[in-house]
Amino acid sequence: MPRRVAVTGVGLVTPVGVGTEETWQALLSGVSGIAPISRFDASKFATRFAGEVKGFVPTRWITAREAKSSMSDPYVQYAMAAGAMAVQDADLVIDETLAERAGCFVGSGMGGVTTIEATHLALQKKGPRHAFSPFFVTQMAINLAAGQLSIRYGAKGPCYSQVSACSSGAHAIGDAFRLIQHGEVDVMICGGSEAAVTPLGVGGFGAMHALSTRNDAPALACRPFDLDRDGFVLAEGAGMLILEEMEHAKLRGARIYAECKGYAANADAHHITVPAAEGEGAQRCMRAALADAGLDGTRIDYLNAHGTSTKMNDVTETMAIKKVFGDHARKLMVSSTKSMTGHLLGAAGVIEAAICVLGVARGQVPPTINYTTPDPECDLDYVPNTAREAKLRNALTNSFGFGGTNACLIFGRENL
Amino acid sequence: MAENIEEKVTKIVAEQFEVPAEKVTMNSLFMDDLKADSLSVVELVLAIEEAFGLEIPDEHAEKIKTVGDVVNYVKARAQ
Repeated sequence: MPRRVAVTGVGLVTPVGVGTEETWQALLSGVSGIAPISRFDASKFATRFAGEVKGFVPTRWITAREAKSSMSDPYVQYAMAAGAMAVQDADLVIDETLAERAGCFVGSGMGGVTTIEATHLALQKKGPRHAFSPFFVTQMAINLAAGQLSIRYGAKGPCYSQVSACSSGAHAIGDAFRLIQHGEVDVMICGGSEAAVTPLGVGGFGAMHALSTRNDAPALACRPFDLDRDGFVLAEGAGMLILEEMEHAKLRGARIYAECKGYAANADAHHITVPAAEGEGAQRCMRAALADAGLDGTRIDYLNAHGTSTKMNDVTETMAIKKVFGDHARKLMVSSTKSMTGHLLGAAGVIEAAICVLGVARGQVPPTINYTTPDPECDLDYVPNTAREAKLRNALTNSFGFGGTNACLIFGRENL
Repeated sequence: MAENIEEKVTKIVAEQFEVPAEKVTMNSLFMDDLKADSLSVVELVLAIEEAFGLEIPDEHAEKIKTVGDVVNYVKARAQ
């Protein structure tokens, strides 16, 4: 029998709030975190807005020296902040007896792209002798958020990063869940971090025509499942969960938000950006996660959709949900919180897993905002515009990434 | 020079390694006494280069282990 896994800590740094409660309250109020880009001059870009993290003071979590040298990249800083919040929230101390039974998985799609861009510019301007910080490699490498967290908290178990575009954060949590289930570790700090609101990030996704260009109304730009949607909105931030073996959590008297009950990962094996017809890969992934959790689809009350606000995703995902859940799809509450946070790429999966965890724990469902004109091809209950109070037995979250990579996670509070 | 070389180097070292200036003596070993790692020492050399308008070749930088080494090096090069 695989061991049961509890979620005992949550830490969130998002465009709607620095902090878990700040983020949660903003989501319940239907606040948009999308605004004109302030990080760089975006005036020549087709898309000039994004979901930036606002009011983030790195020295609340790391030293001024770290913020300037080894942890200068915002993707590491967001991870350190979210990690500190989660560890504190779980009241977790990794002492010598726990050290080798504790690990860190932090996914990211792009890693330290801010650092790469700045260093490349310096290289062109100053030449190789003066362009590089000795910390360059360890500032930008994708596994360094996981590495820095393991060092900070003394976690000596498995430590690496899942890299699967927009599914990275979900894969990190799912893989952490498996390690605990199968007895390799007892505790994992796991999640994702992203800071790609940079010229390369905005320009790159813009070149794919994947981004919304609603520059005159950024807060209305991310409108998943709405007929007038025109692309996703790039965003940044980090999320971290503490996953813990159930008995370990109970023995130390930890507060248990929810149980992590099911996980599946697979591939479309179809196309780099276009989902397979009728979301065939997504269907298989949701079914596999339900089977992994030992749950019938009718036991899911809330589904946090990948819901990117692109033409293609929202129709295909809706179709896949209907195929998997049958008649129950009509009763299912399906919301896309990306309508408020934007798309945090490699951190999206963990933010949305955290939303399922908090939703299950508190009996609240954040809405899909900017939903005004229904798309005839998207005909589910998207929890339009207003949050709901509802007892949730189980919640499922979808994450799909470029390359045709999928991840589904299920959280619940039954039999706790 | 308004600020003497010792003071200027002490200030840079204290800032770079996040240690109080009064803990920085001419005999302080970067790695043993000031708990700096090797990357931070490389970064310190870059900061010294910038502050004094010098280029310190790697074979010289490798021999710089203490605050006094920096001061002596800067003085020698300034002559």
